[in-house]
Amino acid sequence: MNLFEALRVAFAGLLANRLRSSLTMLGILIGVAAVILLVAVDNGAGVQINNQIQALGANVIFVYPSNARGSGGVSQGFGTSQTLTMADVDAINSRQQDPDVVAAIPIAQSGGQITFANQNYFAPTTGTTVDFPQVRDYQIAEGSFFTQDDVASQHRVAVIGQTVVTNLFGTTDPVGQTIKINRQSFRVIGVFAAKGGSGLGSQDNVVVAPITAVWAYLSGGRGKNVSQIVASASSAGTVTQAETEITAILLQRHQISDVALADFQIQSQQDILTQASSIATALTLVLGAIAGISLVVGGIGIMNIMLVTVTERTREIGIRKAIGARWRDVLTQFLIEAMFLSGLGGALGIALGAALAYEAPHIPAIASSSFPPPVVSIPSVLLAFGVSVGIGLFFGIYPANRAARLHPIEALRHE
Amino acid sequence: MIGLEAVTKTYRMGKVEVQALRGVDLHVDSGDFVAIMGASGSGKSTLMNIIGCLDVPTSGRYLLDGTDVAKLDDDHLAVIRNRKIGFVFQSFNLIPRTTALHNVEMPLIYAGIPNRRSRALEALEAVGLANRAGHQPTELSGGQQQRAAIARALVNNPAILLADEPTGNLDSASSVEIMKLLAELNQQQARTIVLITHERDIAAFANRVVELRDGLILSDERRAA
Repeated sequence: MNLFEALRVAFAGLLANRLRSSLTMLGILIGVAAVILLVAVDNGAGVQINNQIQALGANVIFVYPSNARGSGGVSQGFGTSQTLTMADVDAINSRQQDPDVVAAIPIAQSGGQITFANQNYFAPTTGTTVDFPQVRDYQIAEGSFFTQDDVASQHRVAVIGQTVVTNLFGTTDPVGQTIKINRQSFRVIGVFAAKGGSGLGSQDNVVVAPITAVWAYLSGGRGKNVSQIVASASSAGTVTQAETEITAILLQRHQISDVALADFQIQSQQDILTQASSIATALTLVLGAIAGISLVVGGIGIMNIMLVTVTERTREIGIRKAIGARWRDVLTQFLIEAMFLSGLGGALGIALGAALAYEAPHIPAIASSSFPPPVVSIPSVLLAFGVSVGIGLFFGIYPANRAARLHPIEALRHE
Repeated sequence: MIGLEAVTKTYRMGKVEVQALRGVDLHVDSGDFVAIMGASGSGKSTLMNIIGCLDVPTSGRYLLDGTDVAKLDDDHLAVIRNRKIGFVFQSFNLIPRTTALHNVEMPLIYAGIPNRRSRALEALEAVGLANRAGHQPTELSGGQQQRAAIARALVNNPAILLADEPTGNLDSASSVEIMKLLAELNQQQARTIVLITHERDIAAFANRVVELRDGLILSDERRAA
C-alpha cells in the first residue's frame, strides 16, 4: 500500500461524502484559524510594543508623585499630591550620586485649547527644560528648541509636534507664527520631526514650552508644580541602577527612611511595556487554550466520523483483506485518511486565519482604533499544520486499528 | 496442490459448540476443476474459508502449494491469500467508486509489484473486459462485474482460483457466459479452480464434483472428459 494509493483512496472517500467531510473538517478548521489569528494578533502587539520602546526611548525613567502613607494617613488619588519640586530635578541633574543618569527634566502638564488664526485644536502643553529633546528623544525638524535663557526669562515660546502643525497650520509655515494657548500668546520657534507610534498617547500631538512660562501663564495659580520627572539612563542596561540611584536621592531629600512610605513612584519605560506585553501574552495564552480546546473537539469529531466510515466500509475492508491486505495496510489506509481530513482542515484553517489577519486592518472599525495590525508568523503556520495532522494521527489510531483488526470473513458478510 | 488431511472446524456459538467440519480429506491436483456441492449447513462455506485461507482449521493439516498454512498468523495468511489464491465471490465484491482497472490492480498493490497497469490491463483483456477498464462497478452489468472480479482474481497468477457461487447473482445467460469463461481458463491456461455451488447444472462445468453433508464428504465423482 503506497502513499499515493492511500491518498487517492482517502480523497475518493472524502469526495463521496462531501457534506460530512466538510463538517468534520470544520472543527479543525475553526480551531486552527483561531490559533493562527490569535498568534498573529499577539505578534502584531509585540511588534507595536517594540516600536513604542524605540519611539519613547528604552532608557527613560518616570517619577510620579504619590502619597506618603504614614500611619493613619488617608491615601489620596494618584497624581493629586505635589511632592516633586524643581529642586529634586536639580539634585538628580547634579549627578553626584547618580552616575547612571544622563539628564532629568521636570514636566508640568497643562491642557488647553490652542488657536491660530481661525483654527483651534486641543493638545496637552508640556512645560519642561532644555534637555527635553535629549531625554525624550525628539528631533527638531525646523527652527530650534528653546534655550536656557528662554527658561530663565519665562519667554513665551513653544515647539510643536507634527499633529499640531497639521491641525492648526495646514500648509502655512508655523515657525515665527504666534499661537494662543489658553488665550496666552506663544511664539512658535520650532517644529519636532514626526515620531510616529500610536496607542499609548501619540508622540506627535505635543506643544512644549519653558516650564517657567507654563507656571507663570498657564498653571492658573497652582504654583510651581512638577507633575512628573523624566530622567534618561546612560543605556538600556543601566536603567535599573539609575532607578535605584534616583530613589535614593529622592528619599534622602524628602527625609523618608522607609521605601514603602515614599511619596513618589518610579517606573521605567521598560517596566510599563514589559507589563503591557505580559498582559497581552497572558490574554493570548488564555484565548489560545480555548482555541486549543476547539482543536481537541475537532479531533474527537474526526474520530467519530472515522468510526462511522470504518463501519460503513466494513465490507470493503473485508474485500481488501481477502485479496491480501495485511494489518498494517489497512491501518495505514485509515490513518492516512484521518490525517488527510485533519490536515486539509488545518490547511484551510491556516488560510482562513491568515486571510482574517491580513484583512483585519482594512475593516473600518478596527482601522480607526489603535488595534495593532496582526502579523502571521511562519513558525506558527508550520506548527498549526503539524498539530492538525498530528490530531488526525492521534484520533485516527483507534478507528484505524479497529478496521485493521476486522476478521475478513465477518467483514465480508457485513451488509 | 491442495491437500486437506483430517480437517475439522468447530465454532462456538455462545455456549453451544457447532462442528462445521468433522474430518475432511481432500486432494486437488494442479490444473483440476473441482465443484464442491452441498445444501446450506453442509459445511461447504466453512470448507471454502479454510481453502481460501480466510480461516484456519481447528485440527488437521492443510497443505497449499507445499506450504502448511494451518498454523499461520493473520498477516501471513494475508500474504498467502494475496499470492496463491484468487477469489471470485457471489456478490462480485468489487470496491465501490473505483474503476475496474484499479480494482484489478489492487492485489498487485498489496504485493508491491511494479508495472501494475500493464498487468491489470492484460488480465482484463483475458476476460474480455479491456474496453470497460475505466468504468466503475456501478457502470457495469452483473456479468461484467464478475468478469472484472475474475480478472482481479487472476492478476497475481495464483495457484488456485476459488469461486464461491460465482453465478448466484447472475441471470442464466450471464451465468453460462461466466461458467464458460472459467472452463476456458481451466482448459487453456490449466488454472486450478475450486467452485462452490449448490446448482447441479453449474457444477456440471467442472471435471470433478465433491458433495458435502453434515461436515463430511458424501461423494467424490470424477466426470469422464
